[in-house]
Amino acid sequence: MNGISGTLDHPEEGAPGQLPVLARLHEWVVTVDHKRLGIMYIVVGLVFLLVAGLEAALMRWQLAFPESTVLSPQVFNRLFTMHGTTMVFFVGVPIVFGFGNYLVPLMIGTRDLAFPRLNAFGFWLLFFSGLLLYFSYLAGDGLYGVGSAPDVGWFAYAPLTSRAFSPGNSTDYWNLAILISGFGTIATSVNLVATILTMRCPGMALGRMPLYVWMMLVVSGMTLIILPPLSAAQIMLLFDRFLGAHFFDTQAGGSAVLWQHFFWFFGHPEVYVLMVPGFGFASEIIPVFSRKVIFGYALVAASAVAIGVIGMGTWAHHMFVVGMGSTPTALFAASTMLVAVPTGVKIFNWLGTIYGGRLRFETPMLFCLAFLFQFLCAGLTGVMLAVAPFDWQLSDSYFVVAHFHFVLIGGLVFTIFAAIYYWFPKATGRMLSETLGRWHFWLFVIGFNLTFIPLHFAGVLGMPRRIYTYPADRGWEVWNLVATLGVPIQGVALLLFLLNVILALRGGKAAGNDPWDAWTLEWLTTSPPPDYNFETLPEVRSRRPLWDLKHPNDPDWLHE
Amino acid sequence: MASAWPQRFGHGVAVRTISMAALVELMVLAASAVGATGLFSNDTPVSTPSIFTPASTPAFAIRHLSYFVLGICAVIFIVVSGLLTYCIIRFRRRPGDEGREPPQVYGSNQIELAWTVVPVLIVVIMFLATARYIFGIQRLPPSPSGLQATIIGNQWWWEIRYPDLGIVTANELHVPVSDPANPMPIFLTLQSADVIHSFWVPQLAGKMDVIPNKTNHVWFDAQTPGLYVGQCAEYCGVQHAGMLLRVVVHPRDEFAQWVAAQQAPAVDDPGVRGGRELFQSLACINCHTVRGTPANGLFGPDLTHLMSRATLAAGVVRNTPENLRAWIDHPDTLKPGALMPAMKLSPRDLDQLVAYLLTLH
Repeated sequence: MNGISGTLDHPEEGAPGQLPVLARLHEWVVTVDHKRLGIMYIVVGLVFLLVAGLEAALMRWQLAFPESTVLSPQVFNRLFTMHGTTMVFFVGVPIVFGFGNYLVPLMIGTRDLAFPRLNAFGFWLLFFSGLLLYFSYLAGDGLYGVGSAPDVGWFAYAPLTSRAFSPGNSTDYWNLAILISGFGTIATSVNLVATILTMRCPGMALGRMPLYVWMMLVVSGMTLIILPPLSAAQIMLLFDRFLGAHFFDTQAGGSAVLWQHFFWFFGHPEVYVLMVPGFGFASEIIPVFSRKVIFGYALVAASAVAIGVIGMGTWAHHMFVVGMGSTPTALFAASTMLVAVPTGVKIFNWLGTIYGGRLRFETPMLFCLAFLFQFLCAGLTGVMLAVAPFDWQLSDSYFVVAHFHFVLIGGLVFTIFAAIYYWFPKATGRMLSETLGRWHFWLFVIGFNLTFIPLHFAGVLGMPRRIYTYPADRGWEVWNLVATLGVPIQGVALLLFLLNVILALRGGKAAGNDPWDAWTLEWLTTSPPPDYNFETLPEVRSRRPLWDLKHPNDPDWLHE
Repeated sequence: MASAWPQRFGHGVAVRTISMAALVELMVLAASAVGATGLFSNDTPVSTPSIFTPASTPAFAIRHLSYFVLGICAVIFIVVSGLLTYCIIRFRRRPGDEGREPPQVYGSNQIELAWTVVPVLIVVIMFLATARYIFGIQRLPPSPSGLQATIIGNQWWWEIRYPDLGIVTANELHVPVSDPANPMPIFLTLQSADVIHSFWVPQLAGKMDVIPNKTNHVWFDAQTPGLYVGQCAEYCGVQHAGMLLRVVVHPRDEFAQWVAAQQAPAVDDPGVRGGRELFQSLACINCHTVRGTPANGLFGPDLTHLMSRATLAAGVVRNTPENLRAWIDHPDTLKPGALMPAMKLSPRDLDQLVAYLLTLH
């Protein structure tokens, strides 16, 4: 507590050795510790997940029946804009980079990230940009009657974002929030790349890093390449809106398609930025609960790099219907199909890991197994969308909505829950309840599939996305009603998860250092780890240092 | 001349590929049947705009390709999820396993090579099929002897122009039927007056965006007379959901009658002179055209033959006298956010105006 003056220095309440609430809060606010920042990232992401989930629930309520009037079109359009923006920038990104923050230094056996204060700066930029986005609900009205929160959709196609079609300031809140959160994410990515490349513990060659660290290296590298163009586009949009520039102003000769190239050059790789860490979680958790080493370590790592590289050349498959011409359409169809190969390979490697194992079905493994099935579906519908003529029908329909929710919920959110159940004991020293975990899992699986399987059919039957209501004679009623019925089930599952966390924090079973009998370095230290992570920096000889410790007669380094 | 193009995709080729996808089609057809019992009583029954019930060459071609892809994906899904299920059941931990670790297998170059190469081969096959269909569909039929029309997207309605026929209408595209012996492709030029919209009538053609400052093209040949519904597929602002489009496919002689009716000048019924004068003295004429009168506005739909259209407000409500009156009285109630202003007319003026518009057959 050096350097902090006043009453905060004097604990007055709580157990001996425990600081008063205000002092503890202060410690969290000024912290530069990667573990605390990681937890803060994840908590912020989960809070925004609840907000964006509520927004989604309201939209599903409106769409449960045709010609419904629960929500006005203005409110509905704001909801889907905020839902999408929040989910990508303030749920996916903070949770993904939060885990990266928490786990990477522990997994590579070091004491913190390379630039701890830059790390804190990145977190606070992201946190306040999220608040800025939501502040628009209070302050977005620039002119009487133009509405508050942004209503341009999360990819904000020009020229709908121009002053002529989006008066007032709501679009500016969106624009600035994305710009600022982008700076925060770039800062964190620089930090992760630097840490991974320069601060690995003795003996940890790149080829001995845990696969999750490989994934974060790929993701951070991608972020450094794809986010600056998005920031540039946001600044160009600011110029258009405030300085009378015409980058995207079609009425003055600007290009609406240019925005789409900028946005999707970021937007498509962003899906991999969110999903590849999920592959990392699966690549750590599936082996431990199968009691087998990952099958084909090198191929899993290489395929992540391949996804990163190819994934940055597929963006225009979001633009198959803008009239690009046949040749570019065919080329982007090819690159998009190609990215399915390294993705499919990963599924086979996990399958190879499970094969011959002794599977333990604790909650983290359950979420990972559901992820495998759901991500398989998501991958296959993705291949369908890569088939450009098929995409001319499916693009911007509910089929696409179903597809990317299978990716981002069925894939990413399921692996995130797996990761939370898996690493919560490390971060808190307490176990989450298996009983509540199972309820959470099964309700979430049922609710998720009940909501998103039917939406594929709605899309195939011609239902476009982003409509606040639909006529009663289109044959879409059944699918929409069933989809909405899945929502409360998912809601109950999330509440059980929250309950589980609260109960565990108040008096969960003590975890010990290594509750899952795992193999990577984070399980070597105490739960929760001390500020300095490791008393002495470990030295490793293989990819599974704890396996080597536990099996001195048959260590991994004999086989790698 | 143009007789070869409808067969370009050789229906037989794709028919051979559909066996695996038959199940999917059955499910979708079942879905259509469930949805067919609409609560809404339309003058013409509306069928579900399913992409699996095509009615034009491009839409048939896309369905053929999609069956091929669905078939491959179904096989992959069954194989992989079957293997997963087998492994999960077979390799679950059993009593007595505690403390014993299974043999550690670090990988196998041969196996990993195999499951990398096989997906690559599948991708190559799928890409070749895809490329063939991309170029096949987007290459316009030779010697375009068909009908030209221009569709202009507006916030939140469609203007439809037939430059060769001198017709301007809105929200309903009327086209003649096409058959192999006597093909009649429709060539659409797509333009936008404001933001991006997207043209999508699933049974006739896949999407093509309608982009300001960019001209796009799409074509189809409707093979069965009837009504086909679609709607704007790119979010375009408040009433994106209320931007519906109907395509009416007529037998040839019926289409000729429709053209003749649309080319006729506006009806000038002396019985509704009061309403017409009201129309021409209010701001209506700033936005609407009634050909042959001083009304020549361009912001809103052409009203010359308003009563020939089945719906109002881009498909939001049926075109009935009551709905017309309600629409003029307060557009925002029928279609929240619509850009047409409420004119604050007295009930008497409103009656007169509606009486006039009702004569515009």
